[in-house]
Amino acid sequence: MLEIINMTKLYKTGDGVKDINLTIREGELVTLLGPSGCGKTTILRTIGGFLNVDGGDIRIAGQSIIHLPPEKRPTSMVFQAYNLWPHMRVFDNLEFGLKLRKIPRAERARRISEMMALVKMSGMEKKYPGQMSGGQQQRIAIARALLLEPQVLLLDEPFSALDAKIRQQMREELRKIQTDLNITVAFVTHDQEEAMALSDRVVVMNKGNIEQEGSPQDIYHRPQSRYVADFIGEMNFLQMPDKKVLAVRPEHVEVSPGSGGDLDGYVRTIMMLGHYIEMTVDTDHGIVKAFISDEQAQSFGRGDAVTLRFGRKQEYTTP
Amino acid sequence: MSQTVVRPPQIRRALGKKRAGGLAILFAFMLFFYGPLLYMFILAFANSYNFPAIMPNEFGFMWWDYVFKQPNTLVSITNSFLFAVCSTALSFVICIPAAYALARFQFTGRKLVMFLFLLGNAFPKIGMYTSMGIIFYKVGLMGTFMGVLLIHMLGTMMQMIWLPAGAFRSVPRHLEEAARDAGAGPLRTFFKVTLPVAWPGIAVALLYAFIGSLGESVGTLFVGLPQWRTMMTEMYGVILDFPATAGAVFALLLIIPNFVLLLLMRKYIGAETMAKGFKMS
Repeated sequence: MLEIINMTKLYKTGDGVKDINLTIREGELVTLLGPSGCGKTTILRTIGGFLNVDGGDIRIAGQSIIHLPPEKRPTSMVFQAYNLWPHMRVFDNLEFGLKLRKIPRAERARRISEMMALVKMSGMEKKYPGQMSGGQQQRIAIARALLLEPQVLLLDEPFSALDAKIRQQMREELRKIQTDLNITVAFVTHDQEEAMALSDRVVVMNKGNIEQEGSPQDIYHRPQSRYVADFIGEMNFLQMPDKKVLAVRPEHVEVSPGSGGDLDGYVRTIMMLGHYIEMTVDTDHGIVKAFISDEQAQSFGRGDAVTLRFGRKQEYTTP
Repeated sequence: MSQTVVRPPQIRRALGKKRAGGLAILFAFMLFFYGPLLYMFILAFANSYNFPAIMPNEFGFMWWDYVFKQPNTLVSITNSFLFAVCSTALSFVICIPAAYALARFQFTGRKLVMFLFLLGNAFPKIGMYTSMGIIFYKVGLMGTFMGVLLIHMLGTMMQMIWLPAGAFRSVPRHLEEAARDAGAGPLRTFFKVTLPVAWPGIAVALLYAFIGSLGESVGTLFVGLPQWRTMMTEMYGVILDFPATAGAVFALLLIIPNFVLLLLMRKYIGAETMAKGFKMS
């Protein structure tokens, strides 16, 4: 549905993205994930029409959109902040786009009240954005974007400025609305947990390039590069001979007393993290983090000799 | 035991001394600041006054009557407002788009344009007026409405570029992008989103421009006399030719519009918006 073909956008500083190829199917929620400066927002803004492409094409439903200004594109965007017009009431914020499309007054009112109910903000129509919390403002911003009935909904770190608890709530609600209405979504975030929780597919980016693309399970269990392995979740990296690096997740490390497993070491720390215990072990190849149960934690103490067995693991070669 | 009972009154006296001292300084400052104004106010309503007496002998509206009977008075008042309205309005139309361009677009020579503009206002105005006068003589603008208007616009344009550019810069880009996203073209976005959000800064700029134009004197004197007279240029004549009481009346006439403007601004734009406007620069 949304196709990005060999798209390049470079800034004067040399940053930007080169030869990006990406397809988002109808009804899919795809997340562009990466640290600041990796190019994820650049891609989103070129789709939205706020940046011109230097090369390549962007197509929605087969039609190229790169020559269209933002107001003519079948997309709508939710920014991280400063979405709502502060001098207009919530109702006027929502009505703005509908009025431009010459939708009659009664129909406008009907759609708006339906949408307000969907984002659980009924009754707030007469408020000004300044009278609402950050989370409430973002809900209205999402409502406004949905009212425009876009073919692709673009979200640029919409929850990054919110409290952790609200963020989680908004994530769930967005996912529910998206799946119920079968909306095509391009989502940008630097929070890998958010990406894993929300997405049908994750696109991990690094310095203007796509490192890996796949389902959250794919990305998590089969990271194809050291960068992706490091970026997603927690990972142990053990330096091996011949420039090889062994990567294994803490939950795939089995700890037993004594020796004879894949790697021997000494217990370094044991930390209680709520619903699991984190143990770090000193080995010849580096410090290994493992997750153990309460009972296991009772049987170990600092300095104990232990042996580690690795379950699922990856191997990378350093260039 | 007796010590704790004695201490409170001692403290009260000490505090009293400090407060009395502070009040005295405040009083002296107020006298220095408002004294001349107050004196002028009294003088304006003094029917007869003989220096060096402090208070007038008789109070009344005699000098108000006198001033308004002068043929030039009403003309000069009208002209002052005419030039203020025209120069502010014209500057608004010309400078607001320019301010927006300076705030939002990165074009070659942008820094140069801003610098040149600032430079024009950094020089002593007399120099500017003299060179303008020379050109006006050649072009035939001396003593014309357009000539005086251009003089007034020197000041108003500065106000209508500098503050509004700051106000536009402080409008978050996402607000404009969201409007485009919702289907509004660039012009509609400007009028429906950018301008309303930047309004506090622009309102303050309008106020400064208008009041500045009312206070424009030297340039108008140079270019306008004798065909075009404003209240400020009339003032010179009044001070020279008439007694202090007439001067006081005229000065009050000058202050009243500024005062009314500030009150109107405060009522329709609000103290909070104005504060925001000053912050925006």
